[in-house]
Amino acid sequence: MANIQLRNVRKAFGAVEVIKGIDLDIQSGEFMVFVGPSGCGKSTLLRLVAGLEDITSGELSFDGKIVNGLAPSKRGIAMVFQSYALYPHMTVYANMAFGMQLQGGGKEEIKKRVEAAAELLQITPYLARLPKQLSGGQRQRVAIGRAIVRDPKVFLFDEPLSNLDAALRVATRLEIAKLHHDMHNVTMVYVTHDQVEAMTLADRICVLRDGLVEQVGTPLELYENPQSLFVAGFIGSPKMNFLTGKFAEPFKAKTIGARSEHLEVKSNGSGLWKGEVIHSENLGSDSYIYVNVGSDEPLIVRENGTALHQAGDVLSVGLIEGEKLHKFDAVGKPFDA
Amino acid sequence: MVGTFNLWGATKTTLFYLLVIFIVVESVFPFYYAILTSFKTGTDLFRVSYWPDSFSWGNYAAVLNTGSFPRNLLNSVFISATTVLLALFLAITASFALSRVRFRGRGLLLMTILAVSMFPQIAVLAGLFEVIRSLGIYNTPWALIFSYTIFTLPFTVWVLTTFMRDLPLEIEEAAIVDGATPWVIITRVFMPLMWPALVTTGLLAFIGAWNEFLFALTFTSSNDTRTVPVAIALLSGGSSHEIPWGAIMAASVIVTVPLVVLVLIFQRKIVSGLTAGGVKG
Repeated sequence: MANIQLRNVRKAFGAVEVIKGIDLDIQSGEFMVFVGPSGCGKSTLLRLVAGLEDITSGELSFDGKIVNGLAPSKRGIAMVFQSYALYPHMTVYANMAFGMQLQGGGKEEIKKRVEAAAELLQITPYLARLPKQLSGGQRQRVAIGRAIVRDPKVFLFDEPLSNLDAALRVATRLEIAKLHHDMHNVTMVYVTHDQVEAMTLADRICVLRDGLVEQVGTPLELYENPQSLFVAGFIGSPKMNFLTGKFAEPFKAKTIGARSEHLEVKSNGSGLWKGEVIHSENLGSDSYIYVNVGSDEPLIVRENGTALHQAGDVLSVGLIEGEKLHKFDAVGKPFDA
Repeated sequence: MVGTFNLWGATKTTLFYLLVIFIVVESVFPFYYAILTSFKTGTDLFRVSYWPDSFSWGNYAAVLNTGSFPRNLLNSVFISATTVLLALFLAITASFALSRVRFRGRGLLLMTILAVSMFPQIAVLAGLFEVIRSLGIYNTPWALIFSYTIFTLPFTVWVLTTFMRDLPLEIEEAAIVDGATPWVIITRVFMPLMWPALVTTGLLAFIGAWNEFLFALTFTSSNDTRTVPVAIALLSGGSSHEIPWGAIMAASVIVTVPLVVLVLIFQRKIVSGLTAGGVKG
């Protein structure tokens, strides 16, 4: 319902500049994920959008209206925090109703909205409980419910899944994806350091690094056409294999990169690189073979099914027919040649 | 070997309980003896006994029906209660600023507040007397409320600031996103979480104000404006050679009981506050 524009947004804490001039357009109804390593400024950026931090310079506008100086509650946002941040002394119902009560909503209206949100998130049985009587996953649902009740134009998520265990994380991730689908006209901005969350949830991903935008694009764009060495290494799991020096010279590049799933063992010995297996990881559906070809780090090769190679085997590794080798120049920019 | 070990264990247990008994006797016996004495009359007062053998409400009747003691009691209640309310109100708002608002000189201000509590009462007595005279509140309850609040605030502010600093920042931010003003955050989000700290500091402030003697003696001059500690000290018997021990003890018991009751009422809160430290959302 709202598109968000950032124009040369900067944020400094004292002498330290954390956000170093960001230009970004977030479309109305879009699910945008900020991703990056810790300390890249992604949480700060979200807090600037929320209004919890003041923007040092630059312009932030919602639907073309500058909101730099607007209080968070006037921006039409709702935020879900990493630690849930529920009010510990209030029941689930009171937690969800608090924001609307402050805005002076009618009692009936509040009740209707809280119950609708509780229904949507399946937390109706817990409305009379206190947060401490709930499990982590239930608390996170309440936190999301509290955000829904405010009927925001923009949803902000600050690493909402990082306090949950692995199984719950997957379930809640699905929940959030469904929520975005159901509330298709609400803009969502989501911060995470987990690239899997970013890949699975996002309409578009914004990769941040040192307070600057590294690349913005759909998950597939980032995966297939990373615009820098950093993005290439950050998106995808396991990490893209990078080879430098004498390995890259034949390709007239400073660095070459190949994803593990684009490599295969060439049984006829026609591969580009040759090396000894130092380790193999068996995940059942697929397996990863670590091959020491003489570069700084071992080459990781993905194979379907269980690995048939053992440590000590000497293999020849090459690109799967038709797959692309990523080439990067001295400053880490990709080029095709 | 096992034998010596058990012997040592038994000795340790015995020593421990001896120490417990010593501490209990040390702290409870004077009060116990005061209660005993308060029920005695006449020459019984000067006969040493450790069990209640004579029983009479005479001393209590004498204290409550003569002079201005009931009035003094009311003064004490009013002054102590007002001091607590005033100090807590000022301390909560101050500690919100000191723990949650970033401003220049915050650390210096906190240290200054702490430094204020270093001054002994007697050092500021003369100055404070002048202030109170010029404010025109000499010989009124407000003189005592004013001076007690000054002496209570440093401690109250420090405790509440420390406590508030430990409340998760994200809860405050969630409230801000929900549209809460600082006043709403303090009253509807923070205060319910701070009950244990409020009760503890409030109780200590109350006890301090209730027991205070020097200011109460200095800043009041008439019988009707005195507080209980001063009134007890000034209780006099029929002649200048007679000290009315019975009445003094009865009065002491009367002023101690409210404190004991308060602590008993709030001790559950205090204890629950100590254990329920994990307010983490």
